[in-house]
Amino acid sequence: MAKKNTANSQTEWDYAASPESTSHIRLEKKYQLFINNEWVEPSSKKYFPTINPATEDVLAEIAWATDADVDKAVKAARKAYTEVWSKMSGAERGKYIYRIARMMQERAREFAVIESLDSGKPIRESRDVDVPLACNHFFYYAGWADKLEYAMPHKKPEALGVAGQIIPWNFPLLMAAWKIAPALAAGNTVVLKPAETTSLTALKLAEIIKDSGLPPGVVNIVTGYGDTGAAIVNHPDVDKIAFTGSTNVGKIIQRAVAGTHKKTTLELGGKSANIIFDDAPIDQAVEGIINGIFFNQGHVCCAGSRLFVQENVADLVIKKLKARMESLYVGDPLDKNTDIGAINSKEQLDTINKYIKIGKAEGAEIYQSDCSIPSKGFFCKPTLFTGVSQSHVITQEEIFGPVLTIQTFRTIDEVIQKANNTPYGLAAGVWTDKGSRIFNLTTKLRAGVIWANTYNKFDPVSPFGGYKESGFGREGGVHGLSAYLK
Amino acid sequence: MEILKTYKIYIGGAFPRTESGRYYPIVDASGSTIANVCLSSRKDVRNAVVAARKVFGGWSEKTAFNRGQILYRMAEMLEGRKLQFLEELTKQGSSKEAAALEVQESIDCLVYYAGWADKFQQIASSVNPVSSSHFNFSALEPMGVIGIVAAQETSLIGLVKFIAPAICGGNTAVVAASEAFPLCAVTFAEVVHSSDVPGGVVNILTGKVSELAPAMAAHMDVNALVTESLGELDKPLALACVDNLKRNLAYQHAVPQGLQYITALQEVKTTWHPIEQIGGASSSY
Amino acid sequence: MKKTYNPSLMLSNTRIDKVGVEERVARFQTRSIKNESKKQGLHMVLNMIDLTTLEGKDTPGKVQQMCYKAQHLHDVHPGLPTVAAVCVYPSMVSIARKALGNSSVKIASVSTAFPSGQSTREIKLADTKFAVEQGADEIDMVISRGKFLAGEYSFVFDEIAAIKEACGKARLKVILETGELCTLDHVRMASDIAIHAGADFIKTSTGKIQPAATMQVTYTMLMAIKDYYDQTGIMIGMKPAGGISTAKLALHNLVMVKEILGNPWLSNEWFRFGASSLANDVLMQLMKSESGLYQSPDYFSID
Repeated sequence: MAKKNTANSQTEWDYAASPESTSHIRLEKKYQLFINNEWVEPSSKKYFPTINPATEDVLAEIAWATDADVDKAVKAARKAYTEVWSKMSGAERGKYIYRIARMMQERAREFAVIESLDSGKPIRESRDVDVPLACNHFFYYAGWADKLEYAMPHKKPEALGVAGQIIPWNFPLLMAAWKIAPALAAGNTVVLKPAETTSLTALKLAEIIKDSGLPPGVVNIVTGYGDTGAAIVNHPDVDKIAFTGSTNVGKIIQRAVAGTHKKTTLELGGKSANIIFDDAPIDQAVEGIINGIFFNQGHVCCAGSRLFVQENVADLVIKKLKARMESLYVGDPLDKNTDIGAINSKEQLDTINKYIKIGKAEGAEIYQSDCSIPSKGFFCKPTLFTGVSQSHVITQEEIFGPVLTIQTFRTIDEVIQKANNTPYGLAAGVWTDKGSRIFNLTTKLRAGVIWANTYNKFDPVSPFGGYKESGFGREGGVHGLSAYLK
Repeated sequence: MEILKTYKIYIGGAFPRTESGRYYPIVDASGSTIANVCLSSRKDVRNAVVAARKVFGGWSEKTAFNRGQILYRMAEMLEGRKLQFLEELTKQGSSKEAAALEVQESIDCLVYYAGWADKFQQIASSVNPVSSSHFNFSALEPMGVIGIVAAQETSLIGLVKFIAPAICGGNTAVVAASEAFPLCAVTFAEVVHSSDVPGGVVNILTGKVSELAPAMAAHMDVNALVTESLGELDKPLALACVDNLKRNLAYQHAVPQGLQYITALQEVKTTWHPIEQIGGASSSY
Repeated sequence: MKKTYNPSLMLSNTRIDKVGVEERVARFQTRSIKNESKKQGLHMVLNMIDLTTLEGKDTPGKVQQMCYKAQHLHDVHPGLPTVAAVCVYPSMVSIARKALGNSSVKIASVSTAFPSGQSTREIKLADTKFAVEQGADEIDMVISRGKFLAGEYSFVFDEIAAIKEACGKARLKVILETGELCTLDHVRMASDIAIHAGADFIKTSTGKIQPAATMQVTYTMLMAIKDYYDQTGIMIGMKPAGGISTAKLALHNLVMVKEILGNPWLSNEWFRFGASSLANDVLMQLMKSESGLYQSPDYFSID
């Protein structure tokens, strides 16, 4: 009997749901403040819910720290600094940090799942990017703890004391790692406040810190809203404020510490240019555009949100970009095939939608991919705006969502000028096959990170931070240490 | 009859009078007027910033070697006009010994930073071994236009010790001289002018610190402010810096030499580029 | 009108950044294919296989056994498709023709002095015509890599065009032998030359040279097909060959095809796997997902 040789003319092939299991994660119903290696009730007895932005279900109740709680945390940190941490050898400090890194690695899967649940980011990213990078950050700085004199050869390095650290919701665990690891390696103690929508992984990290045997008070984690952050910033016994977040809040912090002894590092907003020349590796550039703006739903301070394409290849690039957007899956963050997850909060979704509305009102041409989005939860389709100029509000202001504006350019001088024509200066991308042009561009772009023929790459050894209103100080690499040393 | 020197200000390579037309007298220990100097205004600051911004690109793109040569030339010119500086310093109340020391320190400071121009990058930059197929390096770049308030208790070194590291690193500068002892500042501008420093790289104003410093701190096109313990002015200046997140370097006391004065006025830029792994099979070189 | 090599028609000035390609490919590999889509995918893979034997020691017996297997992949399990084709040397085409009878499994034959291609145009044309006369439905030719690397692109182009003409009704697959072209830029350029010269399919490798069908190479060729389709509306087929021996890798290839070219390419009219051991791994995976039991090779025939 002859069988049929056809592709059973079934050519509709799609990926079945492939959700990451949540069975192995442990979440408490209620989380307390982590002070002095103990879980303590907030003095207000107040808690707030943290929700899964993909379903709007409540995941847990989180303690809301008051001024009194922050004071308690700072006192614990000060005591730990004076009595234990500043007296310990660098080598011993390093061992604690190594141990934390190892314990995080062991629980990587749990961290990834909780991160996706709490923040809305796709599991593919939390599993492959956020969590491994966070672990590696601890590994990297652990090794610096006994080598600080090599980091600043012209000075005798000394810790600052108590560091107050306030982190955003876009990379919750990774930002905690970026803050805590160098601070501890340099010999400081820490009071850290996670963002109110994404406290969970920081609190899971607190569990590890407790289990690791890190001396009490060296790391304290206080949860809450902006008022909790303000209490840290205004506390007179804090020596250092490290903040990642919006430029507006960064300025509020900078004003609050004016005239005090507090050192600051600020890692703030951006409106980074991604520049495509006609001799670029076009298909890889298109991929770079996608990674630049749609990575983490566009909730990335260094997102390549202002695309500049040389006019003679603009049609080709935009056509390819649109085609590529169609193969992006938007939906359940826990599905292993999801490329774009949930917008972190209702508030942020409203902001993004506000800008989309502004873009349309400004007469820009909108294109959104043809994907379906879940009816529940906070989602936004990948969005392009063409026919825009530097004068459009949507090319000037940070949207912090999956929204790209596309401008064309003719000459190198023109694109350099326009790329720098912003109060921000965090990052930029350059795509061209010509080495000499790359170095011309990378030298002239006023931004702290330049990706040439790549975009949105991060590494613990690689210093990150901005020019101008994107903030000051660097995180990562040897340069990241000086933020925590005298 | 002695011909008195007219003390003008220095903007964009020219020596104009203040646009405000205002002057203030400098008196010696005995209380008699030794000179009238410009009481510069916010508009002079504005003009100076425009001049400094205009030449920032050209100055920062000069080779490091070239900037070193120019700083060394400044030292030579200062040496050549030693006597004039000594005279001005003593006129303003310094002892002969102190004046000699200050001039010598200023010359040494310029020579010191002349030497750093093509070296600090090597000390402070890094190649970063990232865990992906990319070449990654971090190098320093000048911040841009720097507002400098000279250390107030001296006439010359308090000015030179901030100007030299700023321009050594490729920045351009707008400088407010010592309010009480401004004479050397104007003469130093003549040194700058005759030392191959392009016009606009260094701009020097005389006047009230309480007027000029806030104007610099609040100017949206100034990238950093350098001061040394201005007392009650420190906090309002810090606040004014916030609007454009100007880097605010408020030193308690700055010494005439140190790498950190250069690097504090540099941004760290990190660049990534892919490294192609040739062939698909294993390579053993 | 005779076709001539005209680089301006091609996007072969397209630069390719290999690291970027590797990252893109890695992303395809993170796609998770489960349950129904896995089953459907594995069925498709089976039906896209060109079951291949290309050895000096090929005999009628070997070819006959393989032809039977091509039609009867795992008869204990009903509902499985056949493979797409068998792939043999020209001298074995008549044996295969007889063995396959009126089956719809096609016969592909390598030609043009396979695998090196180091012969004269006349011999290559004769080789091709012979295979077609013997009953080959498809011709898998090799390009002259030596000429390509020497920069004689017109020669390569004209040769493909000439073989295409000699193929008559048979479909032409053009083997680039990417392992000898060394860079992805060359792969892209050779793809464009082959497509413009008349290839119905472009194919990575002979299977005699390593590396063969890496996902990076297949990706690059799929992008060439995509660009040509966007320019002209004409579909070109793709055949990765050599090195794809596991079901997982085959599924990742399908993911690439789907996400770059779309569902229309997901049939054996437009996509093939050149492989010999792939079929059994796919069968084992299929049986595992049916039964839930991990399988042993002992239960799957090797022809």
